[in-house]
Order: sequence, then structure tokens, then C-alpha cells
Amino acid sequence: MPSRDFPRVRLHVVTGKGGTGKSTVAAALALGLASEGSNVLLCEVEGRQGIARMFDVEPLPYDERRIATGLPGPEGERGGVVHALHIDPESALMEYLAMYYKLGRAGKALDRFGVFEFATTIAPGVRDVLLTGKVYEATKRNSRHKGAITYDAVVLDAPPTGRIAQFLGVNNELAGLARMGPIKSQADSVTKLFQSASTAVHLVTVLEEMPVQETADGIAQLREHDLPVGGVVVNQVRPRDLDDDDLSAVRAGQVTKRKVAADLSRAGLTGSGEMVLGLLAEARDHAERRALEDTQRALVEKLEVPTYELPLLVSGIDLGALYELAGLLRDQGLA
Amino acid sequence: MNASPERITGTPQHRPSRARTRVGPRALTGGRTLDVDSLIDDPHTGIIVCCGSGGVGKTTTSAALALRAAERGRKVVVLTIDPARRLAQSMGIEVLDNTPRPVSGVSPRSGRGGSLDAMMLDMKRTFDEVVESQATPEKARQILQNPFYIALSSSFAGTQEYMAMEKLGQIHADAQRSGAYDLIVVDTPPSRSALDFLDAPERLSSFLDGRFIKLLLTPAKGPARLMTAGFSMVTNALTRILGAQVLRDMQTFVAAFDTLFGGFRQRAQKTFELLQADGTAFLVVAAPEPDAMREAAYFVERLSEDDMPLAGLVVNRASPVPQGEVSAEEAMAAVARLRKNDPDSLTAGLLRLHADRVRMVEREARLRSRFEAAHPEVPTAVVPALAGDVHDLAGLRQIGALLAGERPT
Repeated sequence: MPSRDFPRVRLHVVTGKGGTGKSTVAAALALGLASEGSNVLLCEVEGRQGIARMFDVEPLPYDERRIATGLPGPEGERGGVVHALHIDPESALMEYLAMYYKLGRAGKALDRFGVFEFATTIAPGVRDVLLTGKVYEATKRNSRHKGAITYDAVVLDAPPTGRIAQFLGVNNELAGLARMGPIKSQADSVTKLFQSASTAVHLVTVLEEMPVQETADGIAQLREHDLPVGGVVVNQVRPRDLDDDDLSAVRAGQVTKRKVAADLSRAGLTGSGEMVLGLLAEARDHAERRALEDTQRALVEKLEVPTYELPLLVSGIDLGALYELAGLLRDQGLA
Repeated sequence: MNASPERITGTPQHRPSRARTRVGPRALTGGRTLDVDSLIDDPHTGIIVCCGSGGVGKTTTSAALALRAAERGRKVVVLTIDPARRLAQSMGIEVLDNTPRPVSGVSPRSGRGGSLDAMMLDMKRTFDEVVESQATPEKARQILQNPFYIALSSSFAGTQEYMAMEKLGQIHADAQRSGAYDLIVVDTPPSRSALDFLDAPERLSSFLDGRFIKLLLTPAKGPARLMTAGFSMVTNALTRILGAQVLRDMQTFVAAFDTLFGGFRQRAQKTFELLQADGTAFLVVAAPEPDAMREAAYFVERLSEDDMPLAGLVVNRASPVPQGEVSAEEAMAAVARLRKNDPDSLTAGLLRLHADRVRMVEREARLRSRFEAAHPEVPTAVVPALAGDVHDLAGLRQIGALLAGERPT
């Protein structure tokens, strides 16, 4: 089942400022997209082995591995399959050369002269081209490729917002460097996919000033490079244990110690006065944060892209939590 | 603000004795407490490098430390990479001109005469300046216009790391000459990995000495007969893959750059040594999240492997410790009882908040104690999260005070 809000998209790129949980969101999205009978590939490109940790499996090789069953359907239908791929530039380069050039002994010589090391660490932009090239290959694959798994959707856990336009658009830069020849045509077709309606770049943020600002900047940058902006996933939203009336009562100082103390003793918590003061202090703190969240949420709404919200999970992220988040993304239409 | 070093090490903010010590941040890190004020007050501390993964508040920590040091009497310059816009504005560095500018609004305590300058790194400009200072004007022009150079200086993933180190070296040399600064605080780029930043000088050197450079230089430099069979095979393969024109651009660039390589390597090496020197202190910055703490542990390992002087760990944005002795379970049981009578009970909402906070604090405590078990020697400072964002000097001052262990009473 394709994404409800992005039915034509095959490549979902997930970016976000560091610390906003973009890898978690990418993993949850992959689980959510993998409904009955469908195949989803989750890729990571930053060498962190975050997928292996989240799904509690051995570190991933440069090879597509089945890592999880997708989120079950609303009637309990069995989910599809999520595969994962850890893309490192060295392996991608080797695969690329083997696929397009028969180098033979020259390949060994290139290695000996440090050309591969140069290409994957120092040469401008080459690293990104290799990483995105592999994502391109996995996304464009179809039934004509014998023996290879084909995917209904590919989810890319991409570099952070500050680098995303460059990461996806760097092909243009390299293509600019190479005015003709094989690199140019390869770079051009990758760019074409990224700029097409088959791709959506989703941005993960939290409701704080800096990440929201960076999200706005990121969207502007993506648009400038004709890269299709998908949705904004607002992550780690604080629980709404207090409704708006409660919050205004807290802010106005109308919640009395006496009332709270009476409630506590009714609930069997023969509380100390300190506990009551503590609860009220926490409430004020919470009210202040909620007000900040509301301000930032208003800014996110002004971005005029579809938004999705995921809650802050106080117990941390484990496999169960990923399915919970996947369900929420599906309910809201991103998956 | 009484903040003599003795006070800070001596009596860490005692919470009321009834509070559970096991959830207090200081009490929990039974390990060593990082004494930030002694570090910044020590005249031998000449450089403080803040490193850590992206999004943990490195820039804010660097700026807060720099401000606190300046107000305690040091002559400080802070080198930031990519500050939030409003923070940059409040420090007067929103203009990228690659030169330290005085920050206004700094108020050193009387008689201490501290000062604070700040600058934001412009990596391309730093690179251009190095080229201009090292090459003849004609050669510099040639390099600056080379397409390969333009791509390298503006997009190469490691350039920011190299240039941060280059700028640090420059500012340090200038400061030694002019005495303008006695403390440099450096914010490092949000690298994909710790390696990018620490390996920059080493990688540059090994690349410059590598056979690949010799290969690229050969056609431009010497007669063709010097080329071995291996050379020509590689050149042919590269021409096939890259196209002749890219290879030519690279060769022109390397040939023009050749004379500068020695200088680059020497400077990179010097900066590396500067980082290892006694006057340098590394602070690893983290947030109480599994990924950030793992990255922090990795930084700690790397720094000790390279003999880099590690001063300690800063854990930012710790959840504030709740008051009172009610556990999460007790609170949730009480919530259920209250909601039975009144589904909208506000007190039930308060208790849920409390339960969440207790759980967060416990989870963060577990993360920190795991880190501490593996690295008991690393002194730690825990900075509680502020409810709001930091974007002015007052906010930085507050963070600085929290870093130094002062707690609002």
C-alpha cells in the first residue's frame, strides 16, 4: 500500500536536524509503508549502523537484509517486508565500477595508487554521488533485473537538514565539474529522479526554535533546487496531560495548594507539602514549554506543507515503540 | 554569584535531604564533577575545544563558556561554526567576514578586565585566504579559478574540519604575537563522525604524500618516460571513468597547488600538536540520549587514543529533577484513583506529568551511569534543560552558571 498522502512517491527521503530523531522516523515510516504484500527498503548512508541498533540485529553489511515484518493492517492483515541496506561509499564505488567498467587489473592499480581512498574521502562530492547513486539504483530497479529484490518504496535515512540539499543536489555540482562524459550522464539521471514526483523529502523537527528555523531554511533550500518537499514530521511532542483550561489555570496561578493537597490525600498519597509544591512547579514549567511548543507549531503550520505529529516516548525507543510510531504515521496518512 | 572554585567542588548543590538522592544529577554521577570555573580561570588553559555529535548544543555550550570566561577576566575569542541566527545576532556575528568581532554587552566583574570577541567560520573564505597568503598573486588567481578548487573549497565534506583547524592555528598564532587573546574557545563542525575532525591533519598529510598526487603531477611535471606501466594504466582507467576534462582540471589544480602543499602539511601538523599540548582542553558535549551518549563515548576513546587532553563531559538538556518522593508507579496509581471520580481531574494531569518526568530522569540517569561505568575518569557537568530557548547573552550567562554548577535556589 503506498503512502496515502504521497501515493506516487517511491523514494521517501527523511532528513532533520541532529537530535530530532530522523532515523527513528525513517524506520517507523518504513514499517508503516510495508503493508501486506509490499516490500520496503530502508537505507542508511552515514555509517552509523543506526538501523541495526534500532532493530536489534547484527551490524548491516553492504547487502539488502530482511530485518522486520511491516506494520499489520487495520484488520490485522499481516504486514509486508522491510529490508535494510547500509550504504558505504567504498562498496558502492566497487559495485559501480564492476557494473559499468570492466577494469580488471587496472582496478587493482587504482586501489594501489590510493585513487579509491581519494575518491571516497577527499574528492569533492564523490562520496555523496556514490551514496545517492546506490539509492537511485535500488529505487529504479524493476522486474527486468533478474534475481534482485524490487521495492514498492525506498526510505532513505538521509544526512541532516543542513546538508540535505547539497547531498541530493551535489550531483549538479559534480556534473558541473564534469561537463560531459560518463559521470555527467549518471549524475543527470540521479538528479532527474530526485527532482521528480517519485521522490518526496520529509523533514523531521521538534517544537523548538532552532530546529523549526532550520526546517524552514531547509524547505526553502529544497525548493530552490527543485527538490520535492514532502511533509514535516513534528517529533517528540510533549504529552497533553493538561488541557488548555488546565494550562491557563496553571499560568494564572489559580491552582491552589489546598486543592492539590486534598486531591492527593483522596488518592491515598499522604503527600508532604513539598510534593504539592513540586507538582505545581512542574506544572508551571510544563505550561511554559507548552506555550513555546504552540508558538513553534504555529510557525510550522505557516510552512504550508502537510504536518504529522509523533509523541515524546518517555521510556525511549525500542522495536515496539517503532511499530507504535509507524501506526501513528499511518493513521495520519504519511505511511 | 559567588563562584570560587572551592565552592563549586566543595559543596555541590545539595537538594533538600528528603529528595531521593538517586535521581539527583550530581548525586547520580557518583563520579567526578567537572569543575568548569577552575578550567576557565586557569591561565594555562589557552584553548578549549567543544566536540560532540550534531544537535547536542555544542555551539551554545561554547558561547556560554566563552562568555563566562570573559566575565571572569579572560581575554576570550570564540570561534563558532554555525550558530542559530538569533544567537549570532545577539553576539553581533551574523555577518560572515571571517574576522573576530567584539561582542557588546559583556560585563566583566570589576577589576578583572576580561573581553569577548566572536567569529563565525567561513570555510571557503578561509581556504581562499590560505591560498592567497601562500601563493604569488598570479598563481593564487589561477588556483582560485580552477573548477576543481571551487568544488573542493565549497563542498568537500571534510573542508569545514580542515578550515576550522586552520583558523584555530591562525588565531592562536596571532594571539601569541599580539596578546589580544589568552583563551580561544572552538566549536567544532557537526561531523558525521569524530574521525572527520581529528583525522583532518593526518588525512591531509597522507593524501599529499600519496602516490595519487604524484600520479597527477607526473604529466605536468616530468617527461613521459617516467611513467611506469602502472601509471599509464591508472591514467587510462581514470580517463575512461572521469572523462579527460575532469582529469585535466584535477591535474592543473594539483600542479598549481603543489608548491603550497608543504605549507599546508606543516600547518596541519602544527595545529595537531597544538591540540595535544598542555594548554588545550577538550570538552565532549552530549545530550542524555542513547545516540549522543554513544557518540560521546566514542569521542572520549578517540581523544585518549590520540593523546588529546580531555577535560570532561558536558551533558546538556538534562530533564530537571522532580521534587518530592513519589515514584512514577505511585503517581500513576493515584492517577487511576483520581480519574475514577473525576475523569478531568487536574491533579491527575499533574501526577501524570510527574510520572513522566521521573521516568525521563531515571532513563537519563541510567545512560549517564553506563557512560560513567565505562569512563570513570571523565569528570562530568550536567546542565539541566531550560524551559525556553537560548538566544541572548542573558541566556548564555544562565547556561554558563549552570555549567559551573550553580543552581537557582
